Amino acid sequence: MRRLARLLVICCLGGLASGAPASPGIEQWTTANGAAVYFVAAPEIPMLDVRLVFAAGSARDGAQAGVAALTSDLLDEGTASLPADEFHTRLEATGAVLGSGSLREMAWVSLRTLTAEPQRSTATALLGQLLESPRFDDEAFTRQRDQALAGLKRELESPAALGQRAYYRALFGDHPYGRPPEGTLDSLGQLTRANVEAFYRRHYVAKNLTIAIVGALTRADAEVLADRLASSLAAGEAAPALPPLPAYAPVTEHLEFASSQSHVFVGQRGLAREDPDYFPLVVANHVLGGNGVVSLLFEEIREQRGLSYSVESHFEPMGLSGPFVATLQTSGEQLTAAVNLLHEQIALFTAQGPGEAEFEAAKRNLVGGFPLRIDNNSKIVENLAVIGFYRLPLDYLDTYTRKVEAVTRKQAAEAFKRRIDPTRLVQITVGRGAAAAP
Amino acid sequence: MRYLKMKKAPGAGTAGNRQFGYASTPDDAIPAIANRIPRGRSHLRHPAFLLAAVCALLTAGPVRADDARTHEFKLDNGLKLIVQEDHRAPVAVVQIWYKVGAAYEQDGATGVSHALEHMMFKRTEHLATGEFSRTIAERGGRENAFTSLDYTAYFQQWSKDDVELSFRLEAERMQHLLLDEQEFTTEMKVIAEERRLRTDDDPQALAAEVAQTVAWQTSPYRQPVIGWAADIASMRLPDLRAWYERWYTPSNATLVVVGDVEPAAIKRLADQYFGSIARRDIAPPRARPEVGQHGEKRLIVRNEKVQLPHLMMAYKTPTMTQIGQPGPDGKLVEAWEIYALDVLAAVLDGGSSARFTRELVRGQEIASQVGTYFQSMSRLPDMFSIDATPREGHDLAALEAAIRAQLEAIKAAPPTVEELARVKTQVVADTVYQQDSMFYQAMIIGTLESVGLSWRLRDEYAAAIRQITPEQVQAVARRYLDRDRSTVAWLLPEEAR
Repeated sequence: MRRLARLLVICCLGGLASGAPASPGIEQWTTANGAAVYFVAAPEIPMLDVRLVFAAGSARDGAQAGVAALTSDLLDEGTASLPADEFHTRLEATGAVLGSGSLREMAWVSLRTLTAEPQRSTATALLGQLLESPRFDDEAFTRQRDQALAGLKRELESPAALGQRAYYRALFGDHPYGRPPEGTLDSLGQLTRANVEAFYRRHYVAKNLTIAIVGALTRADAEVLADRLASSLAAGEAAPALPPLPAYAPVTEHLEFASSQSHVFVGQRGLAREDPDYFPLVVANHVLGGNGVVSLLFEEIREQRGLSYSVESHFEPMGLSGPFVATLQTSGEQLTAAVNLLHEQIALFTAQGPGEAEFEAAKRNLVGGFPLRIDNNSKIVENLAVIGFYRLPLDYLDTYTRKVEAVTRKQAAEAFKRRIDPTRLVQITVGRGAAAAP
Repeated sequence: MRYLKMKKAPGAGTAGNRQFGYASTPDDAIPAIANRIPRGRSHLRHPAFLLAAVCALLTAGPVRADDARTHEFKLDNGLKLIVQEDHRAPVAVVQIWYKVGAAYEQDGATGVSHALEHMMFKRTEHLATGEFSRTIAERGGRENAFTSLDYTAYFQQWSKDDVELSFRLEAERMQHLLLDEQEFTTEMKVIAEERRLRTDDDPQALAAEVAQTVAWQTSPYRQPVIGWAADIASMRLPDLRAWYERWYTPSNATLVVVGDVEPAAIKRLADQYFGSIARRDIAPPRARPEVGQHGEKRLIVRNEKVQLPHLMMAYKTPTMTQIGQPGPDGKLVEAWEIYALDVLAAVLDGGSSARFTRELVRGQEIASQVGTYFQSMSRLPDMFSIDATPREGHDLAALEAAIRAQLEAIKAAPPTVEELARVKTQVVADTVYQQDSMFYQAMIIGTLESVGLSWRLRDEYAAAIRQITPEQVQAVARRYLDRDRSTVAWLLPEEAR
């Protein structure tokens, strides 16, 4: 059976009634101790993907910048009874692949394993042990902290990373979104093992967890698996809502850096995951800078003038309003021209909205390209994780193309104009010499 | 041939000669993750929507006997067509691979393959500038292209119903490319920016580029795919025209389709769109074999942006394409040796329980990162390479010594049965995981064919790996990890003056 048939076609049949039922493709339930589970059966390949997502990103760092990322880093350092060497030897003997990571809002642990036995049982049991009693020993803590410091230093070699960091700081200031997820050289130095342990105990709990499962197993098997993983954790409490975003100023900031190119970030706060303007803004931006080589920014800045290899814009939807950003990189002497052009294009687009032909083309791209977003297990499990984490409706995937199609040009233009004020854009440049003021 | 599992590298972005892409389809309900192109040193036309299929967790490697899925055809004009069925979703990926890349180029004219790749998106006799990409975008397709040392490839991913349109578009630009002077001038500015972005402003990428030129004395693998900055600046339109006319012809191309398709129908479409193109035989590139190396080469690269010192070590090795030919030591290369080198790489670095992470990152705590890459799918002899970053408080000399001790240990005693069992299990698991990505499946077929091998090697891979013994792993370590045929590069901050 084809995956898309499950996710889309069946829904179209059932979706005629108002208040369309939950997608028959995605099954959703809650474990006894409060973890939300999202499951799609994919019987075609004898493999299983599990992704556990916690509201445990750097936005939860509090006074200890970097603790969320360090906690995530430390997760693959073994369990109370199995030192890291032994843990990984046993896990990798099954052919399974374990991953973990964190961003501003979420932290995740992922496992890919064969569904053959004993591989599946062994691998998932090891994951359960890891969640139940992560080792967090002093030696590993110090080593991982040093690695995080090394990671920060590597970022100091990258104008893109420095610019990204400055851009978030400009948009969000002292709000948890504004802080660098990796912490700072100072803050990492002050972290202790106890901080990590406390962070884990508070945030890696069932009520703060979404479990996404995709693979060749039955619903009943998935329930047993989800229960076993969730019951490795305390029930705990969901993380509280983040504080509201403070006001911010349209600053222009330049970071001097010894690179041959200048990296440019221009934009504002944009879009929350649940936002009435979500689809109009996505379509509008697709015309401006989101549709790859056929977007306006690409045409004007790269195709017409050759100013940058990469130029694009996007909304980064978060729990609260995430960034809208347009970026390019260009060599020093062209910087002022490129920056002016970027502002000019954003202002023009905001004033005039998308043209008819471009607007229809963007919609056709989003609708026609949708199947490519869910055409394999990797992509589906990540979609499930995001749907679960942000508590998006279960029919999010099923209704996606209809919602795109329903957007009118007027709605897109008005939404963009409401959201983006071209006279109040934040601008960050990193490179040798700032852009001349317009 | 097998690509090792993604590790947490310190910091973001590119490292060594590995290439990470950007996943920036803005509204994908997917957190940004670094994607990995299976072969390093490739360059893409545009960075926007990159290979979402080649996902970080996907390890993959050629594998698995499942021939029934894969069908090979050859057109009279020499075009090879390989179709693989995957009916999980109503989509398909179409890739066309040309056997030409940076290692076909000559000194002074480096980067011409990559520049031509960029210009292939412009205008043709029947398509106005921009129409090619607009046509694909309007139908929801994703497209891009990539150039490496050995090949240049173009792809579309979209509805299975659009395979026909892919063929029409690719047949058009295979025959009817128009190269415009003004568009060329603008595009070369873009490529100059691309070089700055990917290489000049990234100390580790820059150091890797220098190290290649030192490691290879006469092999064209010394040349950067994107080209030297001066060559990019001096390139002229007739250079591209000549390159296009020389290499872009059916007998030098492999067409790969993976997806929800029916092989016989795809063959009919290929006949319809490519069948009428006249056969033209091409002269193979001039052979530029590497001369013998007599002693270790060492170099230091200093860069003002460097915050972390970095180490690269590379040993000359044969690849799948030199089996039965003399190796770097002059003796004949046997087939099992290539598989044994793959196993060796995995013993050292195939996961968190492998030796490098266990002994150097955890045990001795001397490395903050260490990785191993064996390029077994190359047209010419290639390298077994290691790159590493020392932990704070350790210098490159100590790190290098610790890595060497690990290599000497394998030479002194074969790996354990358990280590080999782990590697073999991982390879078998990868054969399963790999089936999740249509794009990656097409990549494997295209790569094998383009370097002069058969895609059927994929199906023999796991069985061949299973035959490898601990003693064979030890034997290839002894034969090929030879210091006299190695290059060691240190990347350091600029010295205080």
